Amino acid sequence: MALSQADVLSGLAEIVNEETGIAASDVQLEKHFTNDLDIDSISMMTIVVNAEDKFGVKIPDEEVKNLETVGDAVNFIVSAS
Amino acid sequence: MSTPTLKQYELNKYSKIYSLGACRGELVVTNDEVAGPIDSSDEWIRQRTGIITRRRAGADTSMMDMAVVAAKEAIEKAGIDPKEIGAVIFSTITHPYTTPSAATLLADLVGANPAAAYDVSAACAGYCYAIAQADALVRSGVAKFVLVVAAEKLSDIIDPTDRSISFLLGDGAGAAIVGPSDSPGISPTVWGSDGSRWDAVSMTGSLLEFRDGTVGWPTLRQEGQSVFRWAVWEMAKVAKEALDVAGIEAKDLSALVTHQANIRIIDEMVKQLDLPESVAVARDIINTGNTSAASVPLAMHELLRTGEVKSGGYALEIGFGAGLAFAAQVVVLP
Repeated sequence: MALSQADVLSGLAEIVNEETGIAASDVQLEKHFTNDLDIDSISMMTIVVNAEDKFGVKIPDEEVKNLETVGDAVNFIVSAS
Repeated sequence: MSTPTLKQYELNKYSKIYSLGACRGELVVTNDEVAGPIDSSDEWIRQRTGIITRRRAGADTSMMDMAVVAAKEAIEKAGIDPKEIGAVIFSTITHPYTTPSAATLLADLVGANPAAAYDVSAACAGYCYAIAQADALVRSGVAKFVLVVAAEKLSDIIDPTDRSISFLLGDGAGAAIVGPSDSPGISPTVWGSDGSRWDAVSMTGSLLEFRDGTVGWPTLRQEGQSVFRWAVWEMAKVAKEALDVAGIEAKDLSALVTHQANIRIIDEMVKQLDLPESVAVARDIINTGNTSAASVPLAMHELLRTGEVKSGGYALEIGFGAGLAFAAQVVVLP
């Protein structure tokens, strides 16, 4: 069964918070990982791997660069679930 | 008339590392000195990689110069005559000649001529690959002592404007003497490769393309994010397998000595392995940079030199990088 956008956003916010210390409430769909949240590419990869574990999806390396905003990541995970 | 059977050498049951040697490039290069061409800063480099300085060899210091210094230290500390060395294994990606090998010249320079001598090209896994081979050669009786050297002058293959890897890289050499032992000193190596990812860490062109003028001088680059993921999560599995194969647990270790690629890789791997605080973690990258094959022996040498670890304890060493190639083994600290 596909996950809901709300569940994925909440789960992803938790992962981002654990990896970077950024408040979960700041992790919103329109936020740009780099420009708004200042998350570097290495932290991004850790977030991606943890998201794979949490949501049971695969996010290939070549897809990661397309996940520019939180919304991009949430939508990808929802469609892959 | 019956055919005689082939003789074999007498086996040595075990091998161990007798000693280590080290030589770093003489220049201490700060982040400020490399940040300009990559439009970066000291703060960015420290945060992304942990590096404060990297060591580089000057124009008059060759890879072979550093290799000789490291090798001579290892030979002296092992207390052996270099003529007892049966094989020299030289791990490098920066030997500037297609042939002859770096190993034959090194053997001659350190008094080990006429030992068998050959180069290993396994990039950042090269030292651990060479230790695996040295262990096998000693235990099979083919060589009594093996000199393993890992030496790199990576500054010869750097593009200072490359943001993917250039600013991480340093120059240096590490060496080890491997010989027979009464008790296990080197565990079975867990090693392998993934050639499907041959492009993940690679050169910007081949020597033939350079010859034909279709590319400039080939330099090293990498797909950083992809390599980070592989290095942490796939290599953590290899590290765990190496512990299992050695029959020990993480808590039995005195030290974890990983290839010094990036402090973020080291820190994440420590988390993945759930290492107790009692285990020293080599972070030589902070002052030395990433010296490819040389990084594991340099980092282990430094842990011992500073007294952070003592001889006799177990160290899990793991090298991984271009190829992609990887190797891990548990060794008794010399």
